[in-house]
Amino acid sequence: MTNASHEVAKGPHHASGAAPSALSAYSLVKRFPGVLANNSVDFDVLPGEVHTLLGENGAGKSTLAAMLCGLYQPDSGHITRNGERIALSSPRAGLQHGIAMVHQHFRLVERFTVAENVILGSRDLSYKLNRSELEDKVAAVAESYGLPIDPGATVADLSVGQRQRVEIVKALYQGAEILLLDEPTAVLVPAEVEKLFENVHAMTQAGKSIVFISHKLGEVVEISDRVTVLRNGRVTGHVSGRGTTDTKELARLMVGRDIELTTQRASHATGHEILQIRDLSLTVGGVSVLSDISFNVHAGEMVGIAGVAGNGQRELADTIAGLISPTSGSIAISGSMTTDRGPIHARELGLAYVPEDRLGMGLVPSMSILDNLLLTRDRRVVVDRTTVRPEATRLIEQFEIKANGPDHMARKLSGGNAQKVLLARELSGGRTATKLLVVCSPTRGLDVGAIETVRALLDDARSAGQAILLISEDLDEVMSLSDRIFVLYRGSVVHETPGESAELATVGAAMAGLTPEDKS
Amino acid sequence: MNGNIWVLTSADSVAIATTLILAALGALFTERAGVLNLGIEGILLTSAISSFLVADSSGSIWLGLIVGSLVGALLAGIHAVLSVVLRANQIVAGLALVIFGTGLANFLGKPAEGKTVTTLIKPLSFGPLSDIPFVGPIVFRQDPITYASIVIAVLASLYLFRSRPGLELRATGDDPATVDAQGLSVASIRLRYTLFGGLLVGLGGSWLMLAQSAAWHQAATTNGVGWIALALVVFAGWRPIRLIFGAILFGFTLQLPFTLQAEQITFIPSALMQMLPYLATLIALIALSRPSTRSKLGAPKSLGIPFVRDER
Ligand SMILES: Nc1ncnc2c1ncn2[C@@H]1O[C@H](COP(=O)(O)OP(=O)(O)OP(=O)(O)O)[C@@H](O)[C@H]1O
Ligand SMILES: [Mg+2]
Repeated sequence: MTNASHEVAKGPHHASGAAPSALSAYSLVKRFPGVLANNSVDFDVLPGEVHTLLGENGAGKSTLAAMLCGLYQPDSGHITRNGERIALSSPRAGLQHGIAMVHQHFRLVERFTVAENVILGSRDLSYKLNRSELEDKVAAVAESYGLPIDPGATVADLSVGQRQRVEIVKALYQGAEILLLDEPTAVLVPAEVEKLFENVHAMTQAGKSIVFISHKLGEVVEISDRVTVLRNGRVTGHVSGRGTTDTKELARLMVGRDIELTTQRASHATGHEILQIRDLSLTVGGVSVLSDISFNVHAGEMVGIAGVAGNGQRELADTIAGLISPTSGSIAISGSMTTDRGPIHARELGLAYVPEDRLGMGLVPSMSILDNLLLTRDRRVVVDRTTVRPEATRLIEQFEIKANGPDHMARKLSGGNAQKVLLARELSGGRTATKLLVVCSPTRGLDVGAIETVRALLDDARSAGQAILLISEDLDEVMSLSDRIFVLYRGSVVHETPGESAELATVGAAMAGLTPEDKS
Repeated sequence: MNGNIWVLTSADSVAIATTLILAALGALFTERAGVLNLGIEGILLTSAISSFLVADSSGSIWLGLIVGSLVGALLAGIHAVLSVVLRANQIVAGLALVIFGTGLANFLGKPAEGKTVTTLIKPLSFGPLSDIPFVGPIVFRQDPITYASIVIAVLASLYLFRSRPGLELRATGDDPATVDAQGLSVASIRLRYTLFGGLLVGLGGSWLMLAQSAAWHQAATTNGVGWIALALVVFAGWRPIRLIFGAILFGFTLQLPFTLQAEQITFIPSALMQMLPYLATLIALIALSRPSTRSKLGAPKSLGIPFVRDER
């Protein structure tokens, strides 16, 4: 019984008529200076249900979740819990009502152990802390939901997937009945996503409610009992019933047109070598991060680097960009050595770089879009904003960036829109015409419409003869865009294949460190 | 035997360390919450003169200590309002507090010039224990506040690393956004520990006045001990137990020039010796101002950074 509609339902939408909702929101409105982030949004979630929020970048999903957990206060509208009206004046109030949020950026103290993080803020503990007793307690909670976790481990040493598990255990420990997961899978590798979904099932079995936010439509179809689509701060559609929809329909509901993410390869013969990497090795603090890497990228070609996060991708990109000096080996752009010459030199040779960490390395969060754009433009003593302003306005339009205009501060953009600003700056060329484009996870956190746009832009750049190095953990993306694929595992290239004949199973196995022999 | 000059030097080092321990502990609590208070020297001076005036007019040393401590908390309160509530630059606010505190102390100290406190805080005597050679004068002939300061430091260590509020305090200094998401109030935690830190610094200043100096010598009363205390926190890696040993070591270097002079040992210029603690302080403050070295030393991650919830 599919129930997809573009009409806005009156009042929260119930899947099964009379079932009492665990949490309902009525006509929530949230206004930020210049943006109506949520415009009269109705939303509800039932016990034991996964209700997904879907929408383009900047549609208002995170804002709605923040109001549901008490982080933001709505300008108008109200929230009920089990039918009773509640006031969520702070995250503390949210927790008291059993509502917890797992943020896009984890909220964990890195120097603390898992157990310390989990119990931080609980009021029902004795004044004196008994380490081993606490660790047992935390392990017990984790185990009851099948979340394996070492309570004595320091968070700084954990992988992203493990940290997320800590966040979930923390919420459960505090007695959360409703969990808000904001893009929990954006940072996970496929195996970790599976694990997370198992945990989600265990939690819904136990009667907990999950509010799930994701841009990955395949996941949404797989996990959701219901989907609510947001657009420009309004609810624009509903889908209910598990397995009653497909990714195409969701994409259409979201952006209002059909989206097809197709395979794209070089259409022209590739040109001469732009990037040349020879025997590149990097050792950091006695640990080998990159070892003996050699490859070239030609003009008009896209080379994809696949691999699980933390296998040297980030260091490889930073080394090419001139931010890190390699321990040995050399890098040349268009035949000129860039090793040890620093980032400005590399950029003058035509490098454009989209780093992984957008608000840390890519953009200056406290500066406007315009000023962020100026960073890679002409360097003169006097800053000339007037000539760049029209370009900024044009890029905001071209990339469909949701902002008040060129003066919008970078950190006030939604996650996906910040990524778009960075891409816009790097793809539009700087002081010198771009010859080599190094992009890391370019579509992480973007909605399908934006992914389509970005992929098309990368393809255009390739057709225009730029050499592109695509470094991404998103295997689908690497497989469907690259002309050649390298798999990075523990800092070495363990597998190489042309993009056309690449097989998902082989590349996936190489990413996990299994050589073809091991597999049989 | 007990009059051996080196034994006396060691005993005096432990005594001098009292102010250092109290002031540095005050700074440590403040910094563990993520607030950098560079105004310690100003607080020390103002609380010193306050305790002098109260002790002098009331005749009660203990009343002097109490008022001096409260004055310390009051001045730290100014810093707390500026840096936590108004989110001002903490370095500027701290430096302003030094200037304000020094000026205020000199103003309040006008009537105190030329006077001395009649009854000083007296060392305790543990009978025969105090007469043990070497150990006696160093360990068993100190005054109650000196013993208290060491006990406070040990308790502080237990509090920080073994208690629930201590965990919350450390989390606030490292990652206030996480503490906020847990529903705890970052502002109230920071305010509380900045005030408490000021109280300890105030106690240190009052003790310096009422047990060590007896007379008011304007800014020379503290002689930069507030700055040394700030450096000590860095060298101790923000840990109270290490801070006790560091304070005694610094106390010894502060005391040494006098001993060398008395012993007429001249091959080490005493001016050079006098300079040492301040040189160490300079190095520590430089380290403190560089974010990269700071995190290596184990500083709270958000030290000196105002917390704003919507930042993302
Ligand atoms: N603290 C803030 N101050 C100002 N504007 C904000 C703030 N938070 C969000 N916005 C704006 O509100 C709108 C909705 O943002 P929100 O973060 O909810 O989007 P989202 O749906 O989560 O997008 P994404 O998929 O990119 O994460 C955006 O236009 C954003 O710029
Ligand atoms: Mg979001």
